[in-house]
Amino acid sequence: MSTMISAIEPTTSWYLILAALLFGIGAFGVLVRRNPLVMFMCIELMLNAVNLSFVALALSLDDINGQAVVLFVMVVASAEVVVGLGIIVAIMRRRTGMTADDLTELKG
Amino acid sequence: MLDLIWLVPALPLTGFLLILLFGRRLGEPGAGIVATLMTAASFVVVGLMYLDMVSMPEQDRQRIVTLYSWIPVGDLQIDLAFLADPLSITMALFITGIGSLIHLYAIGYMHGDPKFPKFFMYLNLFVFSMLVLVLGENLLVTFLGWEGVGVCSYFLISFWHTRDSAATAGKKAFVTNRVGDWGMMVAMFLGFAAVGTISYDGLNDAAQSGAMGAVAATGIAMMLFVGAAGKSAQLPLYIWLPDAMEGPTPVSALIHAATMVTSGVFLLTRTAPVLAASYPWAGDVIATVGALTALFAATIAVAQTDIKKVLAYSTVSQLGFMFLAIGSGAYVAAIFHMVTHAFFKALLFLGSGSVIHGMHHEQDMRKMGALRKLMPVTGITFIIGWLAIAGVPPFAGFWSKDEILLYTFANNRLLYVIGVVAALLTAYYMTRQVIMVFFGQAQWNDHAEENGAHGDHTPHESPWTMLLPLVVLSGLSIVGGAIQLPFSKSTHFLGNWLAPVVHDAEVNIKGTWAYDNKWLLLGLAIVIATTGILASIAVYSRGKLTPVEPKLLADGWRYDSAISAIVGGPGRRAFDGVAAFDARIVDGAVNQVAKEVKATSSFFSRIQNGMIRSYAAIIGVGAVLVLAWFLVRGLL
Repeated sequence: MSTMISAIEPTTSWYLILAALLFGIGAFGVLVRRNPLVMFMCIELMLNAVNLSFVALALSLDDINGQAVVLFVMVVASAEVVVGLGIIVAIMRRRTGMTADDLTELKG
Repeated sequence: MLDLIWLVPALPLTGFLLILLFGRRLGEPGAGIVATLMTAASFVVVGLMYLDMVSMPEQDRQRIVTLYSWIPVGDLQIDLAFLADPLSITMALFITGIGSLIHLYAIGYMHGDPKFPKFFMYLNLFVFSMLVLVLGENLLVTFLGWEGVGVCSYFLISFWHTRDSAATAGKKAFVTNRVGDWGMMVAMFLGFAAVGTISYDGLNDAAQSGAMGAVAATGIAMMLFVGAAGKSAQLPLYIWLPDAMEGPTPVSALIHAATMVTSGVFLLTRTAPVLAASYPWAGDVIATVGALTALFAATIAVAQTDIKKVLAYSTVSQLGFMFLAIGSGAYVAAIFHMVTHAFFKALLFLGSGSVIHGMHHEQDMRKMGALRKLMPVTGITFIIGWLAIAGVPPFAGFWSKDEILLYTFANNRLLYVIGVVAALLTAYYMTRQVIMVFFGQAQWNDHAEENGAHGDHTPHESPWTMLLPLVVLSGLSIVGGAIQLPFSKSTHFLGNWLAPVVHDAEVNIKGTWAYDNKWLLLGLAIVIATTGILASIAVYSRGKLTPVEPKLLADGWRYDSAISAIVGGPGRRAFDGVAAFDARIVDGAVNQVAKEVKATSSFFSRIQNGMIRSYAAIIGVGAVLVLAWFLVRGLL
């Protein structure tokens, strides 16, 4: 059994399927959840799903560019977290128990 | 020395600023002394520049002094620059010279006025603006001064603004002048469109070389004439000048007789080549308007009873003579008459001011009479002014008026007849005025009670500050004609001096009947003047004939009320119609477009519902669709 399991070599497709699942969960979360903090985490999930597919493809195609892009995405994501979390915390402080649907000041 | 030309307008400007800041502290007569000294200093500077220029060879007598680049926009390059040449120096000389005399006079005349410093502040600002007007190197600098003198004229006409008639007269002058200003602005636009410059040099060169077509030249010349007609009170825009007499008398003398009203004549002389390049009818239009104005105003002056109104209509009439000269191509004669007119008309106005002052602010000539014994200096100087304007040799007005009539005869004999009739009427109404004021029976005892207030009813002579200018101006009115005598080319002092700028028109009329018989015309002018004077004496002094003073003439041919009726009646309705068109059609179109755009955009703005999650869904669906497109395209 253990040999069988060890015989199963995870191929690139496995990683891509996992990435697609993670991305789908993230997108679903953004669309259905109303808590801004949770929506924010879902966006992070989507970003990391994409990172995963980049790394997997970089290995299979033997191209270092994929890994380099991941580093950029992580830098940008961390910057985005700083700004995004700051905004969300500020909003939550002013109006506790708020949902994303309440923030409609910019509607036309 | 010529490079210091900026100093000429700068000195009165300094005076203006000093009185503006420290007017209260300077008080009376401090403010008046400051203003007079500044104008006199300006006169000294111009005088030195004149002497400097005389010592130069003729072709060097033109200097452009650029202070800075004023409006550099693409092809439109306008400098704040002054032009020193014989014409501008001549203008500046008599503006600052007569200006200082009138400033001095005003110290006496405005004595006791609560707004004494303010009066001199405006007066200095006026002199500054007038100097900018004549020294400007291009039309825009001139226009700056042009508007400046306009606004000073407004301030000074309505100086006693608590009097309703003064406030109205100021407004009337301002509004009427806007019509002329419109003409001047259009002339500038046309000049820039036609030759790409509005500097006098550029326009005149283009006109002389033919680079400016006859159509453009005619357009510019006619528009400049509209501007000149507004400022110089010609038909049909003269109506503001008689009303402008509501201002203090020094103002009437300086602004509404000697300087500002002649700026139209100056402008047309400055741009003479443009008029020369126009169609011939342009000159005829100017000459005809001038001649008709001269006659029209002279007929009105015959029946006026206000001492200043007579002089006001007389000014309009004399300005008509100047335009007659310009239309006939006699620019030197126009400038000549402008200078002599400035001498004797300033003298007459200041004399009338002295009379009004002595009569305790009585202006009705029917309540005067026999004043020459009580006011000997005023009387004698006024009589000199009268002889000068009536055209009696050898006084100044005789020579200048005769030169204008000579050119008119050579140009158009019908206009000559009109001019002669106007000259006859001039002699007639001026004699009437002198008799009514200084001779005959004293009328002021009967009417003295009506004026109330003053304990002493006897008219009195004025202080020396008022008499000194009268004496100086009467001297100039006697000898002023000597600057341009008709005897030979070498006695054309003014013509020779102006020769680098103003084309001497004498060559144009050589060989005509008028030129060959100019001594006959001269004799005829003397006969005309004598006839007018004798007729007036017969009517007003000897009582041999009954005076003809129809109400129609006293009302100025009812021109004023006709304008009120037309502009107030049909004119008002027409403009109401235009206003309604503007509100309904023009504004309506713009507003309707705005309304439609707003409706459309508010329909589409419903997409922007503010829900972050729906935005995310749309982005998601869009991304899926884009991916699907790539897949499908790959399969096909």
